[in-house]
Amino acid sequence: MFKRLPDSGAESLTITVDGARIAAREGDSVAAALLASGRVVCRASAVSDAPRSPYCMMGVCFECLMTIDGIGNRQACLVRVAEGMRVETQSGAREFGR
Amino acid sequence: MDAKHETEFAVIGGGLVGTAIGWGLARLGKRVTILDEGDVAFRASRGNFALVWVQSKGLGMPRYAAWTKLSSDTWAGLAESLEGETAIDVHFRRPGGFNLALGEEELERKMLQLKRLHNQPNMVSYGYEVVDRARLQTMLPEIGPDVVGGIYCPLDGHTNALKLLRAFHTGFARLGGVYRPANAVERIVPESGAFRIDHGGGVMMAGRVILAAGNGNARLAPMLGLNAAVRPQRGQIVVTERLKPFLNHPVMTIRQTDEGSVMLGDSLEEAGFDDTVGMGVISTIAERATRIFPLLGRANVVRSWAALRVMTKDGFPIYDQSRAYPGAFLTTCHSGVTLAAAHALNLAPMLAAGVLPEDFAPFSARRFDVQAAA
Repeated sequence: MFKRLPDSGAESLTITVDGARIAAREGDSVAAALLASGRVVCRASAVSDAPRSPYCMMGVCFECLMTIDGIGNRQACLVRVAEGMRVETQSGAREFGR
Repeated sequence: MDAKHETEFAVIGGGLVGTAIGWGLARLGKRVTILDEGDVAFRASRGNFALVWVQSKGLGMPRYAAWTKLSSDTWAGLAESLEGETAIDVHFRRPGGFNLALGEEELERKMLQLKRLHNQPNMVSYGYEVVDRARLQTMLPEIGPDVVGGIYCPLDGHTNALKLLRAFHTGFARLGGVYRPANAVERIVPESGAFRIDHGGGVMMAGRVILAAGNGNARLAPMLGLNAAVRPQRGQIVVTERLKPFLNHPVMTIRQTDEGSVMLGDSLEEAGFDDTVGMGVISTIAERATRIFPLLGRANVVRSWAALRVMTKDGFPIYDQSRAYPGAFLTTCHSGVTLAAAHALNLAPMLAAGVLPEDFAPFSARRFDVQAAA
């Protein structure tokens, strides 16, 4: 669905999403890297269990909540990728203690 | 006398106390109008912690302990009736609740208080137990190392108070009750066996009038020859994001709602009508909560607020009837959630009959009319 701009440079680092390795670029937000990899679903709604995607990409809408490095409900559009970062999609409400 | 008046019963106040009574009266076929303030009202019903709580209540007034227990015992029936009539599930659960102690001294103090409560003459009897840390760990596996024990009472529970208020309003309207918001009452004048009520929207004649205006009762009661010495007492609450269910029992100051949020409460502060939130109190609430459940430290806080309890000098409710003007009643308490079932199912029929029974004497405000020693 999403393509990187032709002059956007090389994908230089790797993160994992639910265990799968994904190429990302220095400076990407987790949400941007997720979308660029062809994944559009970041979580299932805590209320209806419906699949949700990053939406505003600027920290306002809280649609892009994901578990990042073991911490739940982080806004994936506000977290920059780092080499080896572990990203997980969430199902329903955040787990107590995660 | 009723047919000639605009309404048979005027209930002043549309919070949990007023709507519980209004709904209860409407179910008995009474014509009821609830006069309410607008959105600017100090609305304890929207700010409370939503416990349906029995343990620890009634030290100094056993009648109040019995009244509280009666409400707890009839609460499930209330929830069922409301759901049947309005299709709103108020999510009442009574799994038993805990009062946890951080330290031996605190536990000792809580145990002593319960012993004194239950040693009172005429105290209603119900079970409670002191639970040690080992057993606590099986019932509340997430407790932290500072929790030494606690008191468990099987009668304690909780509900969703916002849904409860909505259900009372919806049920009241379905039964033909008239709700008039933004009609704050300015004056009530007894007039030839009835009551003339001046309010924001005009004038209304009522056969009987029931004050359920929370802290507003203090101003209105003297107009009816009644005394409602109540004052606001602030409580602050912190709420986390929704979490997967981890807490099966309400823990007096910590409970997980039906929607997953965790509510942390709640302070007792004398601050007049100031309902603002302060960092100092909020921090203390959060600090205590994370000592009880350390993993809560990782949860994001999404909201905090303050609300004002309606408090009497001794902390007990007032239910009173005017001697000077029969047909005028006063109801006030700080436990509109816990007592909702008693108000709707027991108090409303008494008010419909027009007289409070003799065993309600302890609730009269006349208990405050004690002369100072010379």
